Amino acid sequence: MNIIFFQAALIFYLLGTASSLVFLIFLGKIFSHIGKLALTGGFAVHSLALVLRYSEAGHTPITNLHESLSFFAWSIVGVYLLLHLKYRVEVLAAFISPVAAVLIILSSLFPKDILPLAPVLESYWLPIHVIFAFIGNAMFTIAFAVGVMYLIQERQIKSKKIGPFYYRLPALKVLDDLNYRCLTFGFPLLTLGIISGSVWAESAWGSYWSWDPKETWSLITWFLYAALLHGRLTGGWRGRRAAIFAIVGFGALVFSFLGVNLLLTGLHSYN
Amino acid sequence: MEIVLIGLSHKTAPVEVRERFSIPKEQVEDFLGRLVALPGVREGMILSTCNRMEVLTVLEVSDDWADRLKDFLAGVAGMSGYDLAPYLYTLRGEDAIRHLFRVTASMDSMVLGEPQILGQVKEAYRQAVDSKAVGLVLNKLSHRSFFVAKRVRTETKMTSQAVSVSFAAVELAKKIMGNLDDKRAMLIGAGEMSDLAARHLISQGVNEIWVTNRTPTRAMEMAQELGGRAVPFEDFPQMLKDVDIVVSSTGSTHYIILKEQLAGVIRARKNKPMFFIDIAVPRDVDPTINELDNIYVYDIDDLQGVVKSNKEERRKEVLKAEEIVQQGVESFKCWLSSLEVVPTILDLRQHLEKIRQREMAKTLALLKNASEEEHKALDLLTQSIINKILHHPISLLKHQENRGQGKLYVDMTRKIFHLDEEEDEPSTS
Repeated sequence: MNIIFFQAALIFYLLGTASSLVFLIFLGKIFSHIGKLALTGGFAVHSLALVLRYSEAGHTPITNLHESLSFFAWSIVGVYLLLHLKYRVEVLAAFISPVAAVLIILSSLFPKDILPLAPVLESYWLPIHVIFAFIGNAMFTIAFAVGVMYLIQERQIKSKKIGPFYYRLPALKVLDDLNYRCLTFGFPLLTLGIISGSVWAESAWGSYWSWDPKETWSLITWFLYAALLHGRLTGGWRGRRAAIFAIVGFGALVFSFLGVNLLLTGLHSYN
Repeated sequence: MEIVLIGLSHKTAPVEVRERFSIPKEQVEDFLGRLVALPGVREGMILSTCNRMEVLTVLEVSDDWADRLKDFLAGVAGMSGYDLAPYLYTLRGEDAIRHLFRVTASMDSMVLGEPQILGQVKEAYRQAVDSKAVGLVLNKLSHRSFFVAKRVRTETKMTSQAVSVSFAAVELAKKIMGNLDDKRAMLIGAGEMSDLAARHLISQGVNEIWVTNRTPTRAMEMAQELGGRAVPFEDFPQMLKDVDIVVSSTGSTHYIILKEQLAGVIRARKNKPMFFIDIAVPRDVDPTINELDNIYVYDIDDLQGVVKSNKEERRKEVLKAEEIVQQGVESFKCWLSSLEVVPTILDLRQHLEKIRQREMAKTLALLKNASEEEHKALDLLTQSIINKILHHPISLLKHQENRGQGKLYVDMTRKIFHLDEEEDEPSTS
């Protein structure tokens, strides 16, 4: 049952992608509205899919790559809709919708069976740890998107070659503020994710930290974002440098999320 | 019956002709009265602005309708029809509808996208309503033109491209700094161009203007005009760190703002962005400053480049606006042809009903012994024959109306059934 709603969410996200891209090209307001409605509708049915899967499985549905990718897509869309209430960056939907759609498609490539939970995961720490980490990651994903937009817009203004994106992208100040906002929300969440994971590890295995690849890369990511936040707060970092840092940080984040699972431990662990 | 528009505008007539058409408000009613009193004119509207004079009518087409309207216009201007003729354009049907929509959406204005015209068309409509010169068709057409204008305004960015240098500079400032409400600008040197740029900046929310000039009195004067503050010329380099936007236009022969100076300034500002608008020739601001992070320098040629891009972008938006206008024209044509269809369907029904009644009367006169029930049966029989006969023609008319072909089929139907002719009693012998 949850799979039907899961597929409905994909249809919504694809519709959102199509209309946001049309908006990006032609700037018709109506397409921006359709895009937003599609994302909101997608988020609603996606939430329902997650709730249903939770009730079918009896545990938080974030225990394999199919569930993780799906939950990640849900977090990104949710965080975008939340941010959109204050920062109306219409054009951001043209990035968020395809990312959500691609994540859902990727997620559907992995086995969807609900398997019994490994004993070590049977803990109330599972939802706490994972939800912190994922919503933090969703914030950083948006910071990444905004960083890319910043670089494009800044390049156009600096090089004095005004192209079509100049009219479509928001002001540099708006993008920079949004980048900062995502960082100030995302960083504490990532920190809480790492701390809760470490506490959980202690209660499960008796040690707070065991330097497994995922932990190591999370720490690298955390240091990158900590450096960015520090630079912003004390060194007056802003604009291009902050945008580049947000993009680099996101690279580390993607690696710790996907690369570590797929490359360092091998795909077979998900068979 | 046809929609006809006749008039002249800044595109066809010089100002010395246009100015003869400025009708005082109190006289408009009188002219409207005269317009709808013309033979064949059913409805009329007069749009008179400084850039155009147009008469929009719904009229019965006759041989001399064009001359009548031209004479009417010539009468308004106190000219001869012969002298006026070269400046006039006459549009009929779909062309007239499209023209009105384009005018109302400010696509035919001297300054593309200027907002006043919509108000002027609304005023012209209101005057025509007050003078009872507007009927069903112009009423609908006017409202449809307001709707199209609103769509053009909300769905295209035709009006939002800055096509003057100082406007483009302010747009750039907004693209860099977002909201200009809490920003401070400094004018270095005082000239007409920097004055214009400053006024645009103020209108966009810049809340403080500092003015500096080698001649202190000139700086004082300009600061006063702009509601800003004059600062001594020798102090301005130290004040740069407190300024977000700099408009420079001195007559200096060398750069007055240098890169090494700015590196310290931007550090002191904690990298808060700065925007230099250098409209001086020769330039005042070292162009290599643009290489520093968070500082943007645009000289007059750069700004001209932005204006050029804006114009190109605007051309694309105009194409979009034309598409919206075309949709409006199509939907109005559908409505017009439905006007044609409905009365024809009614006429057709009435025509056949009359024949039925007549023939029933004759038949019943022959059937003197027929009972009430037989009467009813005959009545039902004849009614149902008529309904069956009419079913296809009526659905064909409605179908063609939706495809914009209503007029053609209406004409054919009226001819086939003689709907427009005095009814002759068909002989029954």
